[in-house]
Amino acid sequence: MTLKSNTRQVDGITIVDLNGRITLGEGSVKLRDTIRDLMGKGRNKILLNLGEVTYIDSSGIGELVSAFTTVRKEGGELKLLNLTKKVHDLLQITKLYTVFDVKDDETAALQSFAK
Amino acid sequence: MNLRAKNPVSYTLESTLESVNMAEQKAHEIACKWGFAEDAQHHIAMAVREAAVNAVLHGNAYDPNKKFFVAYNMTSDALVITITDQGKGLDPASIPDPLAPENLMKTSGRGIFLIRSFMDEVRIRKLDPGTEITLVKHVGREATKSKEE
Repeated sequence: MTLKSNTRQVDGITIVDLNGRITLGEGSVKLRDTIRDLMGKGRNKILLNLGEVTYIDSSGIGELVSAFTTVRKEGGELKLLNLTKKVHDLLQITKLYTVFDVKDDETAALQSFAK
Repeated sequence: MNLRAKNPVSYTLESTLESVNMAEQKAHEIACKWGFAEDAQHHIAMAVREAAVNAVLHGNAYDPNKKFFVAYNMTSDALVITITDQGKGLDPASIPDPLAPENLMKTSGRGIFLIRSFMDEVRIRKLDPGTEITLVKHVGREATKSKEE
């Protein structure tokens, strides 16, 4: 199952709804390209909605880390929303859960971005 | 008669991501068939995927002239999966700890760590050429810290 993404804007924040698998190959490239496109347009407040991400491998985790680092380096913010149990457990095991700002409510997540 | 011990399944695969997907899917099917719980099925499939990616990407470097081999064998109390590549060989001692503070924000290097997290036993053997990694998941046991021989 390939990774699908849909972006929407709310109060100057870009919500990226991801659906599918973030794995080595198409999935990780899709995520990378999406982030790159957004940064190229100056949209550096990004909320990744992972509620429909069914699977992520170590390459996918690496892509999340890369996205986080890239956005932060450009003075932006990247947060995660609606982690499934599988993704939550992976981020816990790899000690990345506390690195990312993880939210489980979209409204609260949007309000947490710096104004 | 131990039917499980008489049902090894093995594949010779091209060094492609399609083969990685196939190896992962087969692992999931076999784990389901042999009665592993859903979480264990997912962990086994993930571990096989990580090992297959290592074989294709780091071992064989996508070389179309190199294959990798996956064997699934259900013994009386464990699922034993072996993945072998034809690459330059992996030294387990050279794998950095992805949890170390200096490595935490690196974009790669978590594959072997995840394999060890999900499987009960992990054995890595450097061949000449290539690498063989053996993954073991015991039936009815919570995943314990993996041991390397």
